[in-house]
Amino acid sequence: MTSALDESDKEKTRSVSVDLNNDASLLIDIPDALCERDKVKFTVHTKTTLSAFQKPEFSVPRQHEDFIWLHDTLVETEDYAGLIIPPAPPKPDFESPREKMHKLGEGEATMTKEEYNKMKQELEAEYLAVFKKTVQVHEIFLQRLSSHAILSKDRNFQIFLEYDQDLSVRRKNAKEMFGGFFKNMVKTADEVIISGIKEVDDFFEQEKTFLLDYYSKIKDSTAKAEKMTRSHKNVADDYIHISATLNTLSADDSTKVEGRVASDQELKLTELLRYYMRDIQAAKDLLYRRARALADYEHSNKALDKARLKSKDVPQAEEHQQQCLQKFDKLSESGKRELTSFKGRRVVAFRKNLIEMAELEIKHAKNNVTLLQGCIDLLKSN
Amino acid sequence: MTKPAASAPSLSVAASLSKPQSATLEELEEEEQEDKFDINISITNPEKIGDGMNAYMAYKVSTQTTLPMFRSKAFTVRRRFSDFLGLYEKLSEKHGPNGYIVPPPPEKSILGMTKVKVGKEDPSSAEFVERRRAALERYLQRVVCHPSLLQDPDVREFLERDELPRAVNTQALSGAGFLKMINKATDAVSKMTIKMNESDVWFEEKLQEVESADQQFRKIHGLVDSLVGHRKELSLNTAGFAKSVAMLGSSEDNTALSRALSQLAEVEDKMEQLHQEQASNDSFCFAELLADYIRLLGAVRGSFDQRMKAWQRWQDAQSMLQKKRETEAKLLWANKPDKLQLAKDEITEWEAKVTQYERDFDRVSATVRKEVLRFEVLIYFFFKTLVAFTLLIKYWEAFLPEAKAIA
Repeated sequence: MTSALDESDKEKTRSVSVDLNNDASLLIDIPDALCERDKVKFTVHTKTTLSAFQKPEFSVPRQHEDFIWLHDTLVETEDYAGLIIPPAPPKPDFESPREKMHKLGEGEATMTKEEYNKMKQELEAEYLAVFKKTVQVHEIFLQRLSSHAILSKDRNFQIFLEYDQDLSVRRKNAKEMFGGFFKNMVKTADEVIISGIKEVDDFFEQEKTFLLDYYSKIKDSTAKAEKMTRSHKNVADDYIHISATLNTLSADDSTKVEGRVASDQELKLTELLRYYMRDIQAAKDLLYRRARALADYEHSNKALDKARLKSKDVPQAEEHQQQCLQKFDKLSESGKRELTSFKGRRVVAFRKNLIEMAELEIKHAKNNVTLLQGCIDLLKSN
Repeated sequence: MTKPAASAPSLSVAASLSKPQSATLEELEEEEQEDKFDINISITNPEKIGDGMNAYMAYKVSTQTTLPMFRSKAFTVRRRFSDFLGLYEKLSEKHGPNGYIVPPPPEKSILGMTKVKVGKEDPSSAEFVERRRAALERYLQRVVCHPSLLQDPDVREFLERDELPRAVNTQALSGAGFLKMINKATDAVSKMTIKMNESDVWFEEKLQEVESADQQFRKIHGLVDSLVGHRKELSLNTAGFAKSVAMLGSSEDNTALSRALSQLAEVEDKMEQLHQEQASNDSFCFAELLADYIRLLGAVRGSFDQRMKAWQRWQDAQSMLQKKRETEAKLLWANKPDKLQLAKDEITEWEAKVTQYERDFDRVSATVRKEVLRFEVLIYFFFKTLVAFTLLIKYWEAFLPEAKAIA
C-alpha cells in the first residue's frame, strides 16, 4: 500500500519537533512510501542549493536498515563525540494490527457482516496510522540532521541522500553488527564506573542529575501512556461489537447507531514522550562520552605522573595527556552548546503539543454537549 | 376474555423496535386500567442477621397501595432471599401449568453470599448486596404488575404477613434446575409433528422469535460485561498515567512547563473519574436489566412448554380412548358381556377426559397467547431502554477517538 501524505496532514501530525526543514539550502522530506509485507521502502526527496551535491533535486529509495546504518556511522565518528546524535528511528512495527487482522479472520464466522466490516475498517485505520507514524519518524530523523550545522555536512549523510543505488554494500555486515552489540555491553559497564567520577563542572553536574532523573520519569510516563492507549483500543473494540449487535436488533433506521471508525491515531502525547525519551537517551550518551574523555584524561594524568617518577617515556605521556585534555575540552564545549539548545527545543515542542491538545479537547467537549442535547431531545420526543 | 388481535406485535429480529399494533396496546392498557393498578413495592435496608455461615441478609419490603384487597394503604415486612425463592416456587407450581409466565427470581450466588456471611466489609460485597436488593425489587414489581398473579393469596401473604414460615426445597430453583426446565420447551416443540391449525404456526413462530431474542441478549450481555471490565482497566491505567505525568512535571526544570504538566495530570485524572462513574453505572445497570430479560425469556419458553404438555396429555387421552374402543370391538366379537360393560364404562370415562383435556389445552393456549402479547409490550419498553443505551454508546464512541488523537 502506498501513501502520499499531503502537507497539511504532515504539519498536523508532526508535533514532536518544530522549526525543522526551514533552511532552503537543504530541504528533505519523505513524500512517498511503499509497504511490502514486512519491509517499508521510503522515497527520500532532497532539494538543495549546496554545491556539495551533484543535482539540485533528487530522490532515492531507502530502507529502514539504511537509516540505522547512517545513525550508527554518525555515532561511531569520533569527531561527533561532542554532539547529540539524533536518535535512530524505531523499526516499523506492524505486529499489533497484523495480529488483530489474523484474529479477525479467524473470528469472521461468529460475527455479523456489519460487525466484521466495522472491525476491518478499524484495523485498516490502525495500519494506516502505524504507517504514517513510521514515515514521520524517519523523516524527522533526516530533518534533524539537515538542520544541524555540523552533521548536515557529514559525508555519509550526503551519500545517504544522493547515492542512487542500493546501500546494502555499505551497510553493516553481521560481524560488524556483533561488534556494535558488544560495544553497547561494554558501555553499560563503563557507565557504572563513570557515574563514580567526580564532575569538575557545575553545569555538567546539574545536567547529569537532571537528565538521569528526567529520563527515568519520562520512560515511566511513556510506558503508562502506552498502557492507556491499549485500554482505549479495547474499549473502542467493545463498543463496535455492541453497537453492531444492537443494530441487528433494530429495524427502525432512526435508531441505527453510526459505526464510528475509531481512527487509531495514537496518543499524541505518547508520541511526544516517546520521542523525547529517545532524545534524552542520546543526550545521556553525549554525557557518557564526555565522562569517558574525562576518565581518559585522568588516567593520562596518572600515567604522566608515573612516567615522570620512572623517568621513562615522558614525552609520549605528556603528548597523550595533552591530547586527552584537548578532546575533553572540545567535548565539554560542544556538549554545553548542544545540551542548552536541546533544552530549548524540548520546551518549545512540549508547549506546542500541549496547546494543540487543549484546543482539541475544548472543541471536542463542545461537540459532546451538542450530541448529548440531541440524545435528550430524541428521548423526550418519544 | 378479550381476543388478541389477528396480527400480533412481534418479538422478531426484524421488527423488534416497531411499536406493537396500537389495537393490542390499547386492549392491554384497558385491562390494566380495569384492574386498577395502584401498587408500589420498594425494597430497602438490607441488614445482616446473625453471624458466620448461618448469617443471612434481611430486606425491608414496603408496599404502598390503594387496592382494597390489602389490609391497609402502606405496610412493611422483613423478608430474606429464600422467602422470595419460596414465593416463586408456589406461584410457578400453581400458575405455570396454566400457561402463565411466572417472573423468575434473581439467581442464587454462593460466592457472593459467602463473602457477606464471612463478614468481609469490602466494596465488592456491598456491591453484591446492592445488586441483589435491586434485583429483588424488580422481581416483586413484576409479580404484582401481573394481573392474575396479584390475585394469588400467596402474594398477599408475602407482602403483608409479619412472620413467614421458612421456605424449604429452594435448591431446585437454582440456575441449573431452572435451565433444565426451560430447555425442555424447545425439545417439546420439535416433537410436535402434527400441525393442528394455523394457530400453532403462530406459536411456533413466536417460540423462534423468543429463541432468537434470547441469543442476541446473551451476546450483548457478554459484550457489556467485557466493556465494564475494560472500562475499569482503562480507568486504572489513566490514573496511573496521570500520576506519572505529575511526577514528570515535578522533575521538569522549566517552571512554566512543569506547571502545565501538573495541570494536565490533574485534568486527566478528574475527567477519567467522571467518565468512569457515569459509563460504568450505565453499562452496569444495563447488564443487570439484560440478565433479567434473559431470565424472563426463559420463563416464556417455560410457558410454551406447559402448552405442549397440555397438548400431549390431550393426545395421550385420545390414544387411550382409541385403545378402549378397540378393546370394546374385540369384546363384542368375543361375546363377553360382563367385560363388555366395563369396557363401555371405560370408554365413557376416557371420552370425558378427552373433552376435558381438549378444553384445558385450549384454555392454556389462550393464556399463553395472551401472556406472550403482554410480554411483547414489556419487551417494547425494554427496547426503548436499548435505544437510550445505543445513543449513549454513540456519545462514548465519539469521545474516544478524539481523546486518542489529542492526548
